[in-house]
Parts: sequence; C-alpha cells; structure tokens
Amino acid sequence: MYSRVLRRKITNQLAAVLLGLAAIIAVIPLFSILWYVLKQGISGIGVTFFTNLPAPVGVPGGGMGNAVVGTLELVLIASIISIPIGLGAGIYLYEYGNSKLGAVIRFLSDILSGVPSIIVGLLVYLLVVLPMGGFSALAGGISLAIIMIPVLTRTTEQMIRLVPDSLREASLALGATQSQTLIKVILPTAIRGITTGIMLAMARVMGESAPLLFTAFGSSFWNVNLDQPIAALPLQIYVYAISPYDEWHSQAWAGALTLVGIVMIITIIARILTREKH
Amino acid sequence: MRLQQAAGSGSIERRQMGRLVDRSLKWLLFASGITLVVLFILFIIILFSEAGESIREFGWKFIFGSDWNPVTHQYGALPFIYGTIVSSIIAIFIASIVGVAAAVFLTQLAPNWLAGPVLFLIELLAAIPSVVFGLWGIFELAPFLRTDVQPFLQKYLGFLPLFQGPMYGVGMLTAGLILAMMILPTITSIARDVILTVPSEQKEAAFALGATKWEMIRLAILPYSWSGILGGMMLGLGRALGETMAVTMVIGNRPEIAASLFAPSYSMASVIANEFTEATASIHLSALTEIGLLLFAVTFVLYMFARLLIRRVVRVQGGRA
Repeated sequence: MYSRVLRRKITNQLAAVLLGLAAIIAVIPLFSILWYVLKQGISGIGVTFFTNLPAPVGVPGGGMGNAVVGTLELVLIASIISIPIGLGAGIYLYEYGNSKLGAVIRFLSDILSGVPSIIVGLLVYLLVVLPMGGFSALAGGISLAIIMIPVLTRTTEQMIRLVPDSLREASLALGATQSQTLIKVILPTAIRGITTGIMLAMARVMGESAPLLFTAFGSSFWNVNLDQPIAALPLQIYVYAISPYDEWHSQAWAGALTLVGIVMIITIIARILTREKH
Repeated sequence: MRLQQAAGSGSIERRQMGRLVDRSLKWLLFASGITLVVLFILFIIILFSEAGESIREFGWKFIFGSDWNPVTHQYGALPFIYGTIVSSIIAIFIASIVGVAAAVFLTQLAPNWLAGPVLFLIELLAAIPSVVFGLWGIFELAPFLRTDVQPFLQKYLGFLPLFQGPMYGVGMLTAGLILAMMILPTITSIARDVILTVPSEQKEAAFALGATKWEMIRLAILPYSWSGILGGMMLGLGRALGETMAVTMVIGNRPEIAASLFAPSYSMASVIANEFTEATASIHLSALTEIGLLLFAVTFVLYMFARLLIRRVVRVQGGRA
C-alpha cells in the first residue's frame, strides 16, 4: 500500500519534470536562432550595408540597401492592395456574415490562409508574370497581398466582434444610418485591434521569400519601378546563404539580423498593444 | 414657414443620401468578400488548366513514378512526395510531443507569471522568417547534427536502417527538425486553447477521487482535449507540407528515396522553388504546377479535417465566445 502511494508520487514528480523540460525545449530554438543571428550578423551591419548595392565576390563594401528598400516597397504594395479588401471582407462578414455566403467566405478565408505560400507564387506567376511578360515588383506585391487578405479578413471580423453590441444598438437607436454607425462608432472602437492585425500581417509577409522567387525575382540594382524585378531581403538572404562564399554568408547573416530585427519589433509592439486591451 | 420647409426637404434628402451611402457601402463590402471566393476559384482553375498537360501525359504514373528528368521529359514525382511526407512526419512527431507537453505544463503546472512569458516566447518563434530558419539550419543546426547528434544516433541505433549511411548534416532529419521547430508554435498554442476549454468540474472530479496532478492530466485533460489537439496537429502538418525555403536550404535537394534519415532528400515545395524559373519546356512547367496542385489539394483536405476537429471541441465545450 505504502509503496503504491510512493510510486504514484514519484510518477507524478517525474511527469512534472518531463513536462517542464518540454517547455524548456520549446523555447530553446528561439534563443538559439536569435543568438546566432545576432552573433553572426552584427559585424556586417553598418552604414554601408544599408546604402550600398550587393557587391561581387572579392569586392569589399557590398550592402543590401536595394533589398531593404525593395522589401519595404513590396510590403507597401501588398498593403495598399490587401488592406481595403481584407478590411472590407472582414466587415462584410460581421455585418452580413450570418448568411450562407458568409459561411462560405469564412471557410474560404481559412483555406486560403493555409495555402502554402509557394503556391501563391505559382498562381501569380501564371496570372500576372506571364501576361506582363516578365518578373515585376507589382507581381511580388500581389502575391504578398494574396497572403495578407485572408489573414486580415479574419482578424478584422474578430476584432469588430469584440465591440459590444450595445454600442452599435445605441448608435442605431439615435438614428444613425448603418454606415454612420460603422464608420463613426464601430471602426473607431475596433481600430486598435485591426491595426494590430495589419501590423502582424505585414510582419508575416515581410519575411516571405517563397512567393517572391518567381514574381519579384530579385535584383542587384536599385529599382522602384513597378514593372521591373525588384530585390527583397529574404530573397537576397537566400541567394547569399546557398552560395559558397564566406563573405556572402556574413552578408546573409547581416541581412537576417536586419529582417529579424524589423519583424520582431513589429510583432512585439503588436502584442503589447493587444495585451493592454484585455 | 419657408425655413421649415427647407429644413424638411433637406432632411429627406439627407435620409435618401444616407440610404444611398448605406447601399453603396454594402456593395463595396460585398465586393471585398467576393474577392476571396474569386481568389479560391482562380487557384483551382489556373492550377488545373496549367497542370492539365502533365495530368493527361502521365496520369497516375506522375505520383508513383520515381524518375524525374527534365532533359528527357520524364516526370515522376514520387521522390518529392516521399521527401515531403517523411520530413513532415518527423516534424509532426517531434513537435506534437514537445508542443502538447509544453501546453500541459503551461496550463496545469506553471504559475501564471511564468506561463504567460513562456507562451509568448514560443509564439514568437512563429514570427521568425522561413529563410532565417534555413540560414540557421545550414550553418548551425546541420553542422551540429553532423558532428554530435548523428554519430550518437548511429552508434546506439545504427542497427536500424533509418540511422545508417554517411552523415552529411543536411538531409531528411535536419529538414524534419527544422520543420518541427516551425510548427511547434501552432501546435502549442492550439493545444493550450483546447486544454483551457476542459471544464474545471472534470479536473475537480479527478482530484476528488484522489488523483495526483499527473493522473488528473492523464485521465481528465488529455482524453477530453484529444480531438482538438489532433486538429492542431493537422494544422501543423498542413504548414509543414507546404513549407518551402527552410526545407529547400537544408534537405539536400537530391531526388532519391533512401531509407536513411541522414541521406539528402527533396520535397515537393523545394522542387517547385528550384526548377520553376528555369523550366522552359511547357511540359516541365506543367509537371511542376501539378506538384503545386497536389500540395494545394492536400492542404485543403487537412484544413477541413482540422477545422472539423477543433470546431467540435471548442463549440461543445467552450461555446462561442
């Protein structure tokens, strides 16, 4: 009898230790990645890294200035396209979502957010790149937009649902029209959550490289034109990482540090914004 | 009098105006919503029509053939399908054990001041871009596996074909491990959400019967949240199957089916990434698109199952928030 109690107690302790160990193992990758990116990348970061073009092997002073600008431009294009559509679809689901069509849209937005990003690139290649006759910043922006739209749709709907119904009813009862209620009462109340959602979506697509491989394609020059191939940080990191040259590797690490830095800052700010709300 | 009239007609105009705005807003929102439907249909039509040539040419041989040769235009995708499936299985196996155990720890054992930050850190892992995982995989994880982990595995488990053969560092095992890390946040946070829906009566009943904490977890929590956790695993699997860059960088990109997990392999997403821009023959492009179509179909099916499983748990036990 006594030994059985003891055995159960030991099992219990052992399980607690193992479960705790799992939690420790789960946070190791993050620290390991952040540590190595910082350690390997910090030496490559400097003014020239952000102002110079990629240099050929053996030529010192290469940078990723064009890739940083390119990534920002791609995310900007994607945001301009996806934010109106995503927000609109999210609001549609809130206002008219109890219909069959609403259920279909909700279902499809789930499916679309699970589509592998490389397949989004495939679609945009066949749909935009081929007809336009070449890789372009626009095609890259569109593929990132396709990734953002379903994410924005779901977060917008969720955030608007957090607005108490009483607010909406009060506004309607005072004689406001549906659009007035939406624009002057509901959206301002939900704006913080929606902004967070937009920030997280931008942070996510900023690190995407697979859909850009055959849309934006990458470039070793400065380019802001919509109809020309454009460089992007993740693409440049990829190209440098799989190259055999040590100096390109250290550039890749510096690029990774830049990318992770931007993405982490956006993510953490977004998280803090939502946390305060609850 | 005239003033009143003016005011009256003005308010009618305003009301009409308001109605007009309402209606156009509705159309605008409707158009946005429909965009998602259009996108989905576009995916299906475009992928099918582009893959058509390859589907007609190879039929089932495409899936079961293992000869992939763009020069002679023989396209059998089996090595890629194998690489994708095996690396994803490794990932889901490791990530489920660690993720579910971590979720149980965070919800049942850890004090609040610890659980919040730890969960935040695990979820932050999801924000790391795929290409950075790949970079880290090539230069830190793969060498570490080659010099420390793989010799160890070979020494003690070398009698299994899984752990035989030369050790390159890059290969199936490395890809599986990277994928495990990438889907860990998904599985952990879904498992946590599902576990939180377990009614406290269940837990209290187990305690009242004299269960230890572990027995309570085993008897009350895990059976209750099992189907939701399975749904989370499927979502994770869906992500692992389609993951491209990190896998491409560490899997070795060799289209061979080898028993050993140390051997280089290739995945479906990787072959699209590597060959698509260089594909000049239309049949090559079509074959690559067919691989994309297969991936699309599989993630679609997985997503439906996952949704079903998670919805059921959350609706029945948690209700709609």
